[in-house]
Amino acid sequence: MNVTVSIPSAFRQHTDNVDRYECAAGNLAQLLDALDARFPQLKTHLRDEKGQVRRFLNIYVNDEDIRFLDKDYQFKDGDEVTLVPSIAGG
Amino acid sequence: MSTDLRYQLKCRECGSEWGNQPVSFCQKCFAPVEVVYDLARIRREISRDEIARRPVNLWRYQELLPLPERYDSSLPVGFTPLVRATALGETLHSKSLFLKNDSVCFPTLSFKDRVVAVALTQARNFGFEVVSCSSTGNLANAVAAQATRGGFKACVFIPADLEPAKVLGTEVYGAQIVRIAGNYDHVNRLCTQIADKHRWGFVNVNLRPYYAEGSKTVGYEIAEQLGWRLPDNVVVPMAGGALITKINKAFRELAELGLVEKKNVKFFGAQATGCSPISSAVKAGRSEIDPQKPATIARSLAIGNPADGFYAVKTIVSSGGWAEDASDSEIVDAMTLLAETEGIFTETAGGVTVGTARKLLAQGRIKPDETTVLCITGNGFKTTDALAGRFETAEAIPPKLAAFEQYLERDLAAPLGAKGAV
Repeated sequence: MNVTVSIPSAFRQHTDNVDRYECAAGNLAQLLDALDARFPQLKTHLRDEKGQVRRFLNIYVNDEDIRFLDKDYQFKDGDEVTLVPSIAGG
Repeated sequence: MSTDLRYQLKCRECGSEWGNQPVSFCQKCFAPVEVVYDLARIRREISRDEIARRPVNLWRYQELLPLPERYDSSLPVGFTPLVRATALGETLHSKSLFLKNDSVCFPTLSFKDRVVAVALTQARNFGFEVVSCSSTGNLANAVAAQATRGGFKACVFIPADLEPAKVLGTEVYGAQIVRIAGNYDHVNRLCTQIADKHRWGFVNVNLRPYYAEGSKTVGYEIAEQLGWRLPDNVVVPMAGGALITKINKAFRELAELGLVEKKNVKFFGAQATGCSPISSAVKAGRSEIDPQKPATIARSLAIGNPADGFYAVKTIVSSGGWAEDASDSEIVDAMTLLAETEGIFTETAGGVTVGTARKLLAQGRIKPDETTVLCITGNGFKTTDALAGRFETAEAIPPKLAAFEQYLERDLAAPLGAKGAV
């Protein structure tokens, strides 16, 4: 199964300018592990010291904030994941 | 500050300084940035007397705003009335109640005129030709109106189901509107992605740190209008959560500059029950925000994933304040209560503020003798649909005195006490 991650421009300094990354992760934990392995410099920006997703990082699956999905949401083939470093607006 | 800049961006978490550029988050740790000032320098330049000599609008606080060297201050935005609310106070059991009435803010009748005024000075400074925003309505109105005056092209993004008056109040200025099939949080996420790709000045995305500083003027004005003193309590509606944090910042700056006496003002946040991620966090004793799917008539506050939610909770809790929320029917009741007692017609967001203040006073969290300011941020004529069906259309009578006398006897005697009056 293939999941595509869109990498925002701010993160690309840590991904050698790669802006899309495909992997076969089954869930969020596996996806973060895959990103950590592929882009080691990005790791500390995605997770804090305890390994939790950073407070200001927003993760969307297709158009949905991942926090609205099941805690152990299983990715489906073709899911598009978007990372937003820090949400603005309001 | 490590440079000779009067103001610059600084990360709210890691403290990195970024000079001035159109970005909303730290390029090192990706947490939000905000504007910080060289207050020691400003202290030498500003005084109550100097401020008093200036035009009565928000530009009178220019040293405390992130404005470029040259900017257009011809639009008299801000300095809205601070009204003593005796009759509303009697109903809510407050002896010293004030309303900061931004429902008459110039030019588009909401507090968003303030933030846009500041943001557009920087949009020009950074050379943007197109200005934009994600909006629940009021912001789109403010961007559209001020962009046309400033010679910018405007393109705004809104949820498709906004109140018609707010859509019309954007279209009329000639702005391009992109309606999004989704809620505000969908619109907002999309705008973040667009701002990442296109060189547009999104007032509440890449210009957001400057934009949000405009909210501080609500705080400066409250202090000045109270005779350069701070109130005991402020009740502030919360959508993204920036306003409440910026009024706090304004009060702290004034105290640090010696313009007011230092005081621990309590901050009370108001949300609609149908979209209450911040008040829910405060009530549950959490600092982290759980996003919500908004379902409320207070659409201008319908942000389920508030950008400054975390900081709003911090502001409220550290001040000793609290947060509450009002249901849709409580919002409508509060809108009519404010109109009937004080002659101020606010939009649903103002209903949220008044409805929440009513609860906070009833709970004893706000005391009757304390000076309390309620922030009324928008105008009722923009959300008349919230009151649809609330009033019956009166029967038309013939233009004859006899018909009127009959009508007076039958329909007006009770409400007017008319028998006695004639």
